[in-house]
Amino acid sequence: MSGYKDFLIDVDDFAVNIGPQHPSTHGVLRILAKLDGETVISAEPIIGYLHTGMEKFAEFRTYHQAETITDRMDYVSGASNNLGYILTVEKLCGVKPPKKAEYVRVILAELTRISSHLVWLGTHAVDLGALTEFLYCFRERELILDIIDTMAGSRMTPSFFRVGGIAMDVHQDFINKIRDFIKIFPEKISEYEALLTKNKIWLERTKNIGVISAEDAVSFAFTGPNLRGSGLKYDIRKINPYSSYEDFDFDIPAGDSGDVYDRYLVRIEEMRQSLKIVAQAVENIPEGVYLSYDEYPQYVIPPKKRALTTMEGMISLFKYGMDGIKPPKGEAYVSIENPRGELGYYIVSDGSAFPYRMRVRSPSFCSISAICKMCKGYLLADLVSIIGSIDFLLGESDR
Amino acid sequence: MIFWLITTLVKILIIFGVLLLAAAYLTLLERKVAARIQNRLGPMEAGFHGLLQPIADGIKLFFKEDIVPADANKILFILAPIVVVIPVLTTFAVIPFGAPIKIFGHIVPLQITNVNIGILFILALSSLGIYGVVIGGWASNSKYSLLGAIRTVAQMISYELSLVLSIIGVIMIAGNLSLAQIVSSQAHMWFIVYQPIGFLIYLIASTAEMNRVPFDLGEAEGELVAGFHTEYSSMKFAFYFIGEYGQIVVNAAIITTLFLGGWEGPFLPSVLWFVIKVFLVILIYLWFRWTYPRLRYDELMDLGWKILLPLSLANIVVTGFIMVLLGK
Repeated sequence: MSGYKDFLIDVDDFAVNIGPQHPSTHGVLRILAKLDGETVISAEPIIGYLHTGMEKFAEFRTYHQAETITDRMDYVSGASNNLGYILTVEKLCGVKPPKKAEYVRVILAELTRISSHLVWLGTHAVDLGALTEFLYCFRERELILDIIDTMAGSRMTPSFFRVGGIAMDVHQDFINKIRDFIKIFPEKISEYEALLTKNKIWLERTKNIGVISAEDAVSFAFTGPNLRGSGLKYDIRKINPYSSYEDFDFDIPAGDSGDVYDRYLVRIEEMRQSLKIVAQAVENIPEGVYLSYDEYPQYVIPPKKRALTTMEGMISLFKYGMDGIKPPKGEAYVSIENPRGELGYYIVSDGSAFPYRMRVRSPSFCSISAICKMCKGYLLADLVSIIGSIDFLLGESDR
Repeated sequence: MIFWLITTLVKILIIFGVLLLAAAYLTLLERKVAARIQNRLGPMEAGFHGLLQPIADGIKLFFKEDIVPADANKILFILAPIVVVIPVLTTFAVIPFGAPIKIFGHIVPLQITNVNIGILFILALSSLGIYGVVIGGWASNSKYSLLGAIRTVAQMISYELSLVLSIIGVIMIAGNLSLAQIVSSQAHMWFIVYQPIGFLIYLIASTAEMNRVPFDLGEAEGELVAGFHTEYSSMKFAFYFIGEYGQIVVNAAIITTLFLGGWEGPFLPSVLWFVIKVFLVILIYLWFRWTYPRLRYDELMDLGWKILLPLSLANIVVTGFIMVLLGK
């Protein structure tokens, strides 16, 4: 039998290694937490366990091929990531998509936002021990993924947008499914809230936990719901509208104290607002073409029907497939409002069919960097609640 | 004398078997209830609607590799799961599970032994089970386990007092510590009517005693991976589960005996009444688990010391006051 000293754990310098494999680090984040009893003295986030080199990877893909990489970075909100990328390439080429395509893009991006928030809500609740919420959220997420599947042909990684439009025309099945979803979803949100929002235990676990002031949030480059939870109404959809967001009427929810509970309320309200946008967009989809091939035949692929029935359509489709599009020399940066915050793409073109350099401004990366600041002085149990509340995704932060 | 010996042995065997079987099938019930709450089906593959699932789980756990961590204190590490299970099984010795029956002219009480300090016996044993958790968490030599054990200690101090004090009201009314007496004094009216607050406090405190959501701090999976039993595997792990689920049955039985009139009830056989009541109380525990988030351990201590303890003291005072007023 070993002596007493051998199994005495050093309690003076009590470091707990949370992750990379841990139930509540949402992927492979590793947190080196120094504890005093259960109080967190410091929590150092260590990333890089999911590094896939996607920015570099894009340099060896044509512009349309590289789009499929982007939805694998943030695999919970694929369409949103595609949108940012496609807008950047369109800016590079100077292409303006038709209104119809913009509306469909908005619908898919907002549905993705809802599904991403559902994943967040479910996992956040599981971290705090409310196991049932998770399955309720995933039940509705399934409906959303089904809608995306109807339109794009895949559930989580749509890659449905093309430079100058979308890959396929909208069809009635898609519209009907969204209408059904809009009908049922508001009461489902109330159902989620019934379990948590006024729950005494939930309030105790989230109120005044992980407080980050608006100044600190800005200096850590927070964006998205995390920043809005601290009270700043910063939303790129309002400040710098892209893809026809100026057409829609929606509010930006904001918290005031910047604690876990505020971030929770902001995201719940954002789901409602996103649903409002989807409802407006789906009822007002304009008539017309879905690819602006006629205006920019150089950059935009021909619609499928024309490619199969006309000679010049067939030739240009073949050319896009073989050569890809070649944007003029230059650089472009576009940022959009991802479910997690401001997602920016910076692409440099050297005039060839491949991006010379692609750089992604990831919202998760910035929020992870603030974990130490937010957790200091709270308990280990709060660490989990804080990590859950900032809703990061390692695939996107490591890229 | 021989007759007494035989009947007692038979009763022990029955209780032992039923309790272990109930603990096993409680896992299935929990999964089915959880599935019902969460819009799922639960286990469906093993047997009809998953009826053989607990047996499959048991076989699986039995054949798993039994791992003892290199730096663990082996003796304590093996001792801990045993310490969890034994008190649970022993507690049932004093709980009356049916009206006395007549066999060959002898009256046989459906209770292994009627100790005249039954309640004290139960309280003593139920707090013993916690040592298994603490010892196991410490002996594993793992930080997560240690944190789980520390939390369990903090938790034990906070609920234990109010758990005991919540029963005092019942004892005052019944005027007896023997469980058989307590049951028979509820023949006309259940004690939950006289002691609603005592019942609620006992329900909450016993949930904390069993380490279940919303008080499952010792094994908070989101925080401590699996808490005190992180390093356990195979049958040692299964022992913790038998202990946990056995404890649910025992606690439900205690609540039934103290507050819900035990085996008393019209028309149906007394044993059936007992089983029905226990089952309903178990459902309440399961319902808790699948609805609530988890408390933080300092919040649990707040709850224990600032709310439950004063409340249970007040309950005793009020009960005594009313009893004096009514001249009982």
